[in-house]
Amino acid sequence: MSQNMALLTLFVLSVFVGFEVVSKVSTTLHTPLMSGANAIHGVILVGAIIVAGHADTTWALVLGLVAVVLATMNMVGGFVVTDRMLEMFKGRKPAKAVDAATGEPPR
Amino acid sequence: MNTPTWVSLSYLVAAVCFILALKGLSSPKTARNGNLLGAFGATLAVVTALVSEDLDHLALILVAIVVGSLAAVPVARRVPMTAMPQLVALFNGVGGGAAAIVAGMEVPKTGGGFALVASLFTVIVGSVSFSGSMVTFLKLQEIMTTRPVVLPVHGVLFGGSMAAALAGAVAVFVDSGEGTTALGVLIGVAVASLLVGVLFVLPVGGADVPIVISLLNAFTGMTVAASGYVLSNVLLLVAGTLVGASGTILTRLMAKAMGRPITSTLFGALKGGSTAGSTAVAGDRPVRSTGPDDVAILLAYAQKVIVVPGYGLAVAQAQHTVRELADLLQERGVEVLYGIHPVAGRMPGHMNVLLAEANVPYEQLKEMDEVNPQFATTDVVLVIGANDVVNPAARTEGTPISGMPILDVDQAQNVIFLKRSMRPGFAGIDNELLYQPNTTLLFGDAKDSLTKVVSAVKGL
Repeated sequence: MSQNMALLTLFVLSVFVGFEVVSKVSTTLHTPLMSGANAIHGVILVGAIIVAGHADTTWALVLGLVAVVLATMNMVGGFVVTDRMLEMFKGRKPAKAVDAATGEPPR
Repeated sequence: MNTPTWVSLSYLVAAVCFILALKGLSSPKTARNGNLLGAFGATLAVVTALVSEDLDHLALILVAIVVGSLAAVPVARRVPMTAMPQLVALFNGVGGGAAAIVAGMEVPKTGGGFALVASLFTVIVGSVSFSGSMVTFLKLQEIMTTRPVVLPVHGVLFGGSMAAALAGAVAVFVDSGEGTTALGVLIGVAVASLLVGVLFVLPVGGADVPIVISLLNAFTGMTVAASGYVLSNVLLLVAGTLVGASGTILTRLMAKAMGRPITSTLFGALKGGSTAGSTAVAGDRPVRSTGPDDVAILLAYAQKVIVVPGYGLAVAQAQHTVRELADLLQERGVEVLYGIHPVAGRMPGHMNVLLAEANVPYEQLKEMDEVNPQFATTDVVLVIGANDVVNPAARTEGTPISGMPILDVDQAQNVIFLKRSMRPGFAGIDNELLYQPNTTLLFGDAKDSLTKVVSAVKGL
């Protein structure tokens, strides 16, 4: 029971952290953020490894290995694709300070 | 929980990495490092699991990991920037599938109770996420139509398969997940859930697909959290919950950027009516078309030009040519800006990424709210491969894009459309703007046309 309570506590706290951490993000980063979050849930690979490693029938093993393959694709592919998206931002300084420059003279 | 301390500690480090990764991804400066930190956390978690768990079949598991990496990395490396959204959908789908399998295999071992509920939840939602993501992938890859698809008695089918999945889940629960009949029922639950996923996404109109990807991403996060509960694995619980929660917020942010409540996005087509506009036929109404030379003159002697890029620009890989044209015009003293719709391209922020790739200066990219008041004082708007984001149909009721904020390009002196054909945009509706007297069309591949315009400007 105490273990359940511990897990519940973790769950609730994580919900708040998850809400908090992305509440202020510019549209520019919506796609990379989604992709990064997508890669993070690839840690289901840990679950897939545990299940495959404890499989006691051939069928269970096959299913478990399929899960490992799928989860690996999610995790590895997810991080690589996010990195490629973000590569595009490198070497550019965010030009927020220049925003005032939009005050073009009215014509 | 008889987990060794070092294992708990290394899972804790991984969880902190994930939180910092999401935090980092929220700001352009820290985004890349954030992602790398996330990758580090995930690697740490996997290595910890491989070492600490008393695993059989270790060699086979390692082979499976190599196979998965080999399947994913080359695609992720080589995919064109334009195809990113569907790849994210694909990766999300397989993650959901993996979670469903993991939880499904745990069903007989949970011995009932809340853990069984959590695993059944994961089987259902993971399957929905898998099949739904596959349909979004097919739509974005344009293997199937991007328009909303509504089958006859769609609502009944959807409700029926949902009810079947839930009834099956209840039956398995009553059975405590044990016994041979439970296995058959469980497979039935998975199949019904796969059907739910397909029927759920089919009616979603093309332009709303990104929102659905984000939602399914949040779904997969929740299934990972539930799997964490089932396996008593703290890291899965925390990581899954983080993604589930942040994904939900992100979905809401995206829906807001498109000016559409999530429910109408997802169930609009099911209710019928919202697809009514999609049958509008382009017909044979007259349009004004022109050649590259005329466009060049119009642009070169303008004072202010706003470029409105869309997905078509990305498909034609014309972003570099656009920059070349903009540079030329600026040399001649023309003021050039880019008006970026929040969902230009196929996802929020997609266009910024593509233009950054072509080294377009950040200061020239103007967001919608900033650029909209400027159209009235603009001489020429160059719409390149965009359609839905400038379609005035969004201002009227009863079209699939009603309520979506658009770029007010119709207020400019001249509007030039670079289009391949009269084919309607991703949302599948006709664009009134094309028939207006101040609109001119330049037909052809965006890159081709732009190259011709560039050389025409040079010759002036």
